[in-house]
Amino acid sequence: MATIGAFTQRAAQLLVSVKFWRGTIAVVAFILVWEIASRTGLSQVPAPSGVVFTFNDLMRDPSYWFSWYLSVRRVFLGFLAAMLLGIPLGLGMAVSRTFSGIVFPVFEVLRPIPPLAWVPAAIIFWPTQELSIMFVTFLGAFYTVVINVIGGAQTIDVRYYQAARSMGSSGWDIFRRIILPATIPSIVVGATVGIGIAWAVVVAAEMISGGGSAGSMGGAKGGGLGFFIWNSYVGGSYTQIVVGMISIGIAGYISSALLRKLGELVTPWLRDQ
Amino acid sequence: MNYEPARSRGSPDVAANALMQQERRTGAIRIANVLKIYGSEAAGVRAVDDCTFDVPAGKITVVVGPSGCGKTTLLNAIAGFHSISSGTIHLDDSLLCGPGRLKADPGPDRIVVFQNGSLFPWKTIVENVAFGPIVQGRLTRKTAIEKARFMLAESGLHNLESNYPGEISSGMRRRVEIARALMNDPKVLLLDEPYRALDSLTKSVMHEALLETFDRNQVTIFFITHDLEEAIFLGHRVVIMTTRPCRPKKIVSVDIPHPRDYSVLTAKRFREYLDETVEAVHQEALKAFDAGERER
Repeated sequence: MATIGAFTQRAAQLLVSVKFWRGTIAVVAFILVWEIASRTGLSQVPAPSGVVFTFNDLMRDPSYWFSWYLSVRRVFLGFLAAMLLGIPLGLGMAVSRTFSGIVFPVFEVLRPIPPLAWVPAAIIFWPTQELSIMFVTFLGAFYTVVINVIGGAQTIDVRYYQAARSMGSSGWDIFRRIILPATIPSIVVGATVGIGIAWAVVVAAEMISGGGSAGSMGGAKGGGLGFFIWNSYVGGSYTQIVVGMISIGIAGYISSALLRKLGELVTPWLRDQ
Repeated sequence: MNYEPARSRGSPDVAANALMQQERRTGAIRIANVLKIYGSEAAGVRAVDDCTFDVPAGKITVVVGPSGCGKTTLLNAIAGFHSISSGTIHLDDSLLCGPGRLKADPGPDRIVVFQNGSLFPWKTIVENVAFGPIVQGRLTRKTAIEKARFMLAESGLHNLESNYPGEISSGMRRRVEIARALMNDPKVLLLDEPYRALDSLTKSVMHEALLETFDRNQVTIFFITHDLEEAIFLGHRVVIMTTRPCRPKKIVSVDIPHPRDYSVLTAKRFREYLDETVEAVHQEALKAFDAGERER
């Protein structure tokens, strides 16, 4: 009950706030200008009304949702691998000078190579196209995660170490109770930025590689959202291109929002600041 | 009042008396001929030079000196965060650091309360206070939390238990930090200008809280500050340091009985101590200022 009350209260506050209406009017105006421009032939981009129409059709098309599924799976698995490998690697480099002395130079040589430059090599090296796309997605998130973890762990205030040590902490205690929690906020930042890059990369990788083996769903609309856009372009259905673009925007937004929420859950001490 | 066993070693019965006191109270620090050079022997900076003085057990010793004079170097050597170049520091009868072992091991018998605070932001207040005994394996988590609750209640901080440090005022954080230090039953509390960043009203509240804590625990306190009034108000013993290199210039025993409260500040005795020491502090401050000008 309390939450419902709070929700209606917040909704009421929103309806009277200038900021809310300013934003709403701006979005409506943008769509209106877009519609007029398309109808008068000023712009070749399909009109929003047409896009909504196509969107409505696609909602009932399972192959559209299968594109979603493929892209989400690639981003999720690539991102997960980036976290699972990137966090320990970053922590290792921050904690051990020897380890970082060996790994960091290699890391720094590879890092400037854009993930998309890896696409052809990935297609050659990995047995399936699915794995190559995931690998490129993984790279997109990996560097950001590692850099953030190193940065977070290296900027921990020396007083925390001194205090922990003087209260009798062992090396393991310091790692577990100081370094790890102190680095979590940076991990969250790295993850949020990383998943954004993963989405950017997956779309391009799907376009370049032709969407991979789409499996049973087959053919044109089954290769992930990036391939969906590309295929719509090749097939000349321009409203679908825009639907694909908006879909990726939505997917990126949802992933970031979820990670932010998750981040808030694991860093309760930052909530009120 | 015989509260200075180190000075009265001459006569046997006084020495016996002092011994008894030492048995009852531990936490005496003996600093002898300590030298600390940063950088190379020849070209390095002498932060501390031939520094010798005692910190009696169960008393508050306040070290006063201009900023950057090397007081913190001394504190870090006692805490075991940094090494010394030569000399010895003893805690009761055991050697903390000296020839052959220039850096002491940090330990829960000497807890530092830092200038800017070092409560762990990711732990709640009660978890922070319970930290020491848990990592030392002295208490189970459950008992440690219970003891921490008790400790906080004793300092009137029980309503903050489940807050995070970022949610409470800096004055409160400093008090929590002292409670966290006391959880470890330290022999010595090392305070490094803990109230520096506080406004003067909060500072006065902090002073009274610290004195109250001291009256309850009688733990040895080694307190660093550059504020002379603070030093005389809190200390049994005020050690005025020269500017870099740091060594005692003047040691004053403040013969105002504890427990003290803020009425002391307006007492005649307090003013006399202030007059007696202010000149020495001012000289060193000028020297430090001149040295600073030259360095630039």
